[in-house]
Order: sequence, then C-alpha cells, then structure tokens
Amino acid sequence: MSEFWGSGLGILIIILAQCLVLTAFVLITLVFLVYGDRKIWAAVQMRRGPNVVGAFGLLQSVADALKYLLKEIVIPAGADRQVFILAPIISFVLALGAWAVIPFADGWVLANLNIGILYVFAISSLEVYGVIMGGWASNSKYAFLGSLRSAAQMISYEVSIGFIIVGVLVTTGSLNLSDIVRAQDGPAGFFSWYWLPHLPMVVLFFVSALAETNRPPFDLPEAESELVAGYQVEYSSTPFLLFMMGEYAAILLMCALMSVLFFGGWLSPIPGLPDGALWMIGKMAVFFFLFAMVKAVVPRYRYDQLMRLGWKVFLPVSLGWVAVSGLFAQYGWLFGIYARWTVGG
Amino acid sequence: MIARASMRRALRYVLLADFLVGLRKGMRYFLAPKATINYPHEKGPLSPRFRGEHALRRYPNGEERCIACKLCEAICPAQAITIEAEPRADGSRRTTRYDIDMTKCIYCGYCQEACPVDAIVQGPNFEFSTETREELFYDKERLLANGDRWEAEIARNIELDAAYR
Repeated sequence: MSEFWGSGLGILIIILAQCLVLTAFVLITLVFLVYGDRKIWAAVQMRRGPNVVGAFGLLQSVADALKYLLKEIVIPAGADRQVFILAPIISFVLALGAWAVIPFADGWVLANLNIGILYVFAISSLEVYGVIMGGWASNSKYAFLGSLRSAAQMISYEVSIGFIIVGVLVTTGSLNLSDIVRAQDGPAGFFSWYWLPHLPMVVLFFVSALAETNRPPFDLPEAESELVAGYQVEYSSTPFLLFMMGEYAAILLMCALMSVLFFGGWLSPIPGLPDGALWMIGKMAVFFFLFAMVKAVVPRYRYDQLMRLGWKVFLPVSLGWVAVSGLFAQYGWLFGIYARWTVGG
Repeated sequence: MIARASMRRALRYVLLADFLVGLRKGMRYFLAPKATINYPHEKGPLSPRFRGEHALRRYPNGEERCIACKLCEAICPAQAITIEAEPRADGSRRTTRYDIDMTKCIYCGYCQEACPVDAIVQGPNFEFSTETREELFYDKERLLANGDRWEAEIARNIELDAAYR
C-alpha cells in the first residue's frame, strides 16, 4: 500500500485531497467570515445583526449563498457574454489559488514554494483583471467607472505592498513564507516577531491591504452613493456570489499574510506554549476583527485623497524603509534584529 | 507657532490619532447594549393614544354605538370614510354602510375625536398589512369585527387617557 502512495497516481491523489481540504477550509471560513463581518458591523451600530437563521443566525450566510445560487443569472443585452461570465470566475479562482502557499503550521503548506511570497503577490495582482473584465463586459457606465477606479487603486497600493514585503525579505533572506515564519522564532516569543523591527510597515501593510481588497474606507469601486455598486452593478445570482466570495477570500488572505509576515504565523506568542495552526487561525481572526472594525468606524476616503495617500505617502515611506532596513541588516545594527537570515547571508 | 501647530497635526496624522479615537469609540459602542429589539418576537411600548387600525365599538349589551351622525365622515381630511344611513325597523338611526378606505387614511385621529359616542376609534393594532389593495377597503362588518377583537385594549386605553381629556 505504501508503494501506491509513493507512485505518481498516489501522489496526485494526495495532492488533490490536500487541495480539497484547503479549499473546503477557506470556503467554510468565508461563510462565517461574512456572518462575523455583518455581526461586528451591527454591534458597533448597536444593532443585533443577523440572528434568525440557525443558532445566533450562524447559518445566515448559508441561506444567502443558497438564495444566490437559486436565482436567475441576468446578463445585460449589451454585455460581452463570455467575458461577463469569465470575470467573476477569474476573481474567485485567483483569490482561492493564492492560498496554496500559505503555511498554517510547520510543514502544513500545500506548495512549499521557494518564491512563495512572489507567488502570492503575483496572484493578488492578477485579481485586478477580474474587476476590469467585469466592469468592461457589463457595458454599463457605472460598472465601467467603478472598474477603472478599482484598477487604479489596486495597482497603486500593490506598489507599496511590494516595497513593504521587500523590507521583510531583506530581514529574512528568503522568499519562502515558511522560512519567514521560522526566522521570527526567538526566545522573546511575541517580541521577537517582525512587527517590532518593522512597526511602521505593519500599519502601512494593514492600510494597503484594506485598499488592495477594496474594503472600506477604500471601497471607492463600490461607492454606492455615486456608482451604485461599481463593477458589480450588472451582476446577479451566482456570478455576484463568486465576486463577493472572491473579495472575502482576498481579505482573509491579507489577514493570513499579516500574521505570516509580521506576527509569526503559527508561532506561539508566549515562549513555552506549543506552536501550531491554532495560533495562525487565531491571529487571522484578530486581524479580521480589525478589518471589520475599520469598516464600521472609518468614513470613506475621497478618490484624490486615496491616490495622494498611495503615491505621496505610502510609496516614499515604504521605499525609504527598504533602504533603512537594508542598511540595518547589512551592518547588523540594533543587535542584528534586522538581519535574521535563515538562508545564506 | 504655526510651525508647531502643523507639527502637531503631522504627528497626529502619523500616529493615526484620529483613527485610534474612532476605534475606541467604536469598541465602546460594540460592547454597549443593543438599541434595537427583536421585533416580531419583542415589541416596543405603545402609548394609550396610539392611533392604529380603526375599529367600531359596541355597547356592553351588543348594540353598536354608531348613530350615523356622519361627523367623522365630515371631518376626515382624506375623505376616507363613506357612510350611508337609514332608520332601522325599531326606529333608531343606524348606518347601513360604513366604509373606510385604509389606503386613503392618514391616521390623524380626527374621526375618533369627532365621534360623540366613542364608536369609531383607532386601536393599538398596527400589524394589518395585506397582500392585495382590495383587502384594505374596510367595510362595516370588518370594522365591527375589529371592535370585538380589540375591545379590551381599546377600553383600557380610553380609560387611561381619560384623565388628560
């Protein structure tokens, strides 16, 4: 039997099963994420939020998803049918695909890519295509304007996310996400993680992640007061569901990246306690809570403010930080906390 | 001075001071008790003066109160009330038709103010939505049925409000 699992077919089956488990995990998490998002938003406004379907309304998202699936798919007369259908699929598949390289615990990673972080970055950059295609194919001015805005916004903030990641890479000396986590392991537990040396970048990364995933206060692509719902205007039923799930999958991915890059992934914050996937999931939950709180608390940015923040503040600051952390790493200043290379040196 | 003020502003900006204040406020509201109620299961308090669905009342002996004086029809600003009257076999003056078009009614309460015998009243019921428009054209039978159904609440409300009239 062990020969079979070592052969080509066996390995393929194992990989497929792993993919299935990961996808199921992400999708089930998404269901409760949407629920949590609504519940937190409601609580800040002193409302109750969904509380009818299932215990405490836990199954509300399941009911919503079923409703979306059962509705008719309306395709506008002037729309480009193929592209119109393709757009949400692209944005959903890409949002799920990026999960392949996220390590949940030591060795718990679907694809242990040496260039994992580049892969995530590349995939999340491609997500903008789903938005552009959706907006263009809808043949509607609201959708088109929304997708233009969205494209400009996502590209602008990717630039600074790229530089923020470079700072972390300089400290680690590796592009592998598992190596990045391992490099943060230290005797001080919570205080040996990268958030301390890269503190300003944590804030910048968080804000850029908000902008990258089109979350409030940077949800200008959807700005319902002016663009109705941006690039999603003409979408209904399952395609809309795919767009929305893609969006939430991207948000969850950003939470995972936050914990991997700056908050020690699966490492336990208290030295002595065992490390494990539970820490990773807990950290993701905390960051998602922050995402939801920001949505509830912060008013929407104006478009020019958004662009000013991206290009005139985040880009120079993150670029400067790359230089600073590079210098610190090269000369081992500050007790060498900027140079914790696991590979090479 | 100006330089210092702008320095302070820049510092607040960099330290996300405004955001943190907002977050703290948000967390306080997050933990605060809910302002909303579980509507269909819980209901808010209603004043005795609440002007809801109309009802025609009866005397305790079962005789209808309305004497077809048509004051309500006259005062109704939306002209939602239609009354036709004829002397009954025993010689008393009663309505043969008493219709209220609930789609016209503006729930001003003038009809119950005008009524000399407390026959037409607006009860505490506000859950009478229907699926068709026709169901909202109330006739005398429907109004009397409402009166029988809500008599206990209506009588209590009138008693509670009597001190202020």
